[in-house]
Amino acid sequence: MWKNLPLFPEQASSLASQVDGLYFFLIAVSAFFTVLIFVLVFLFAVKYRKSAHPNPEHIEGSLPLELTWTLIPLGISMIFFAWGALIYFQQARPPRGAMEVYAVGKQWMWKFEHETGQREINSLHVPVNRDIKMIMSSQDVIHSFYVPAFRIKQDVLPGRYTSTWFRPTKVGTYHLFCAEYCGTQHSGMIGEVVVMEPTAYQAWLASGGASTTMAVNGKEMFTQLGCATCHRSDGTQGRGPNLAGVFGKPVQLADGRSVMADENYVRESILNPQAKIAAGFQPIMPTFQGQVTEEGLGALVSYVKSLSSANGGQQKAEGGGLQPAAASASN
Amino acid sequence: MATAVQATVERENYLNVDYSLKSWLLTKDHKRIALLYLISITAMFFVGGFFAMLIRLELLTPAGDLVSSDTYNKLFTMHGVSMIFFFLIPSVPAVLGNFCIPLMIGAKDLAFPRLNLASWYIYMIGAIFALTSMLLGGVDTGWTFYTPFSTSYSNTHVIGTALGVFIAGFSSIFTGLNFIVTIHRMRAPGMTWNRMPLFCWSNYAASIIMVLGTPVVAITILLVALERLFHIGVFNPALGGDPLLFQHLFWFYSHPAVYIMILPGMGVISEIVPCFARKRIFGYEFVALASIAIAVLGFLVWAHHMFVAGISVYAALVFSLLTYLVAIPSAVKIFNWTATLYKGSITYDTPMLYAFGFIGLFTIGGLTGVFLASIGVDVHVTDTYFVVAHFHYVMVGGMVLAYMAGLHFWWPKITGKLYPEGWAKLSALFVFVGFNLTFFPQFILGYMGMPRRYHAYPPEFQVLNVLSTAGASVLAVGYVLPMIYFVWSLRYGKDAGPNPWNAVGLEWMTASPPPTQNFDVTPVVTWEAYDYEHQDEEVSVGH
Repeated sequence: MWKNLPLFPEQASSLASQVDGLYFFLIAVSAFFTVLIFVLVFLFAVKYRKSAHPNPEHIEGSLPLELTWTLIPLGISMIFFAWGALIYFQQARPPRGAMEVYAVGKQWMWKFEHETGQREINSLHVPVNRDIKMIMSSQDVIHSFYVPAFRIKQDVLPGRYTSTWFRPTKVGTYHLFCAEYCGTQHSGMIGEVVVMEPTAYQAWLASGGASTTMAVNGKEMFTQLGCATCHRSDGTQGRGPNLAGVFGKPVQLADGRSVMADENYVRESILNPQAKIAAGFQPIMPTFQGQVTEEGLGALVSYVKSLSSANGGQQKAEGGGLQPAAASASN
Repeated sequence: MATAVQATVERENYLNVDYSLKSWLLTKDHKRIALLYLISITAMFFVGGFFAMLIRLELLTPAGDLVSSDTYNKLFTMHGVSMIFFFLIPSVPAVLGNFCIPLMIGAKDLAFPRLNLASWYIYMIGAIFALTSMLLGGVDTGWTFYTPFSTSYSNTHVIGTALGVFIAGFSSIFTGLNFIVTIHRMRAPGMTWNRMPLFCWSNYAASIIMVLGTPVVAITILLVALERLFHIGVFNPALGGDPLLFQHLFWFYSHPAVYIMILPGMGVISEIVPCFARKRIFGYEFVALASIAIAVLGFLVWAHHMFVAGISVYAALVFSLLTYLVAIPSAVKIFNWTATLYKGSITYDTPMLYAFGFIGLFTIGGLTGVFLASIGVDVHVTDTYFVVAHFHYVMVGGMVLAYMAGLHFWWPKITGKLYPEGWAKLSALFVFVGFNLTFFPQFILGYMGMPRRYHAYPPEFQVLNVLSTAGASVLAVGYVLPMIYFVWSLRYGKDAGPNPWNAVGLEWMTASPPPTQNFDVTPVVTWEAYDYEHQDEEVSVGH
């Protein structure tokens, strides 16, 4: 029924109705207390106006009342907290097997790259009823990826990846806004998310003209930059760790700590290799800061991921060109 | 009675004791310094208000057609900088607190009169830096100075403005320090903590934040300057820094700063409601302790500004939980003010009208803050007009109304003159109606998804924006009217007498305007605060 209200945003993701449910509960409780206070103030102000009530009665206070209006709001607010936290847990955790899209924000545009290699600017095409995970970074200042119809927002930072996800439930075109002030054309850093039927999406992909997947591009860079001389993937141990099967698993570090090999770990290992040295290796890797673009980093990350995607990464295998050694190494 | 004597021979007071400019610029009298602050912050309020009007005019149409994008970005930045650092933070403490706290506790002055004067000069130097930066072309970082935009990308006067804020911060520290020491050391005999007016309690709580929080923002601004000028990597990842570190440091001060702004306003309301309901405040101890609870908990909630910034899931949960806790003491205050009205004997003088407005609007402002504390909803509405509406309900609907309430309440004490009550009520109505028309539509805009700081916007948001701009023009009338009748009253207003509201509180027991020494004889306090019960008995005996 809410979609017929002109003053309310469209619900176009699996999370939207949940966020709205909590929102309406918050409105209901707030309206109750606002009306309560307004009515009491108005009632007292009229009933006990000086002409009607010339002699005030002196009341010091009341401990039971104080406790009542401390504990009841406290209890209600704990409901708000728990409910909000439950929704947030879903917002913060992309489901397994989500389709991944890389986004780069820069003053003042959004650049997207699908794993299949299609690139777009200020426009993002996605299939309906599919979990989409955004892996995002910024080339300059902080931006924020905001799609009101999906009720999601995530700041996009320079120097690291942040991610968010959504599952569009309705075919259509929706606003994409930059929600973190980023300079002159901040309000021009807008675009659209186009949610399509799966068949239409496949047709769109086919017309996109992308010949190689991100992982394949990444593999090319991996060779060009000379990464492969140390990070071998033929089963023999090079001077650097063999990257097959690394992604998504904990890595033992030389200093005894253990970190999860996620997108940010791969990124840091490329740009600031001395930060976290894998156990058993020498800190000899040079930095690639300044030699790789944001898009290039995305491709490299996608390639490293593909080396671990025997089961979960069907889309990478489709791209072809993956070494059999890489695929088998992760088994 | 004393009033009769006053009418025939004008007695010496803090205003007529010396008319020379030098006597004003070198004054150590807290009352005169309060007036210096009053003039300065009023000027800054109208500077900030001017920027706001231009913002609202630009937003009348979806296209960015009145000013350029760069100009628009400067307008909202300079609106925020003027209003927050140079109006709201000093407003109630530096003007009304400065004037009233010594009078309310029966002291001759603040503990450190020279420091008090120094704080005004430091404020002025800070304001000059900020205003000069504006005149030279302005600054476009937003009042939040987020990095790395502010340190590496903005081509505007970031350093000059930031220095202005840095310098003004010291005036705030000096004021806070002065209030804390004064309240501890200078209370009149018998003025125990439990007898102290709640205005003093809330300013005391705000002072704790000023003294503990302001140095952090000062350090943060210095780090911004270091990175901007010398490329020392602190916040910019390209230089090896961390952009979120800035947000943590900035909000560690700037969230508590919200309570610097609102707590003294709450104190004003706690004075006015009992006076015009003719009874003591309901639950004195709870209102007093709520101020301290807000000051303490207020330091532990800063990262609720950062739920989508890239902090960990668990950090977000902890900060959400703590944010709910800080909301409770504010709710307690609202309930206590409302309960104070119960079985009172209420008159609707202008200060009370503003207090009613405060209670209503602060309730809405506070409850919408609860929306934002709930992470699931905050993800959608943060950085949209919902947040803009929320903090304007607290800062303008709450704080500015409280400041207006306080000005109307103590104006007769400050100047010895009465303002025209009819005009004052009319302007209070303008403020209330105009304010709601300006900011209520912004809640809807925000939930619909209009991001803040947008120069141009999609056409479906236009109707609500037009309503908002219409409201802003009504609000502007409500702000200009008091300027006119307050100035008018200085010359033509009726003499107020020492106690036009028949209020209790030591400040009403001395003349209006008070003598330089505040009291001819140091008062000895033997009664509770808001002792309207016995005061009204005395009045009826006197008749």
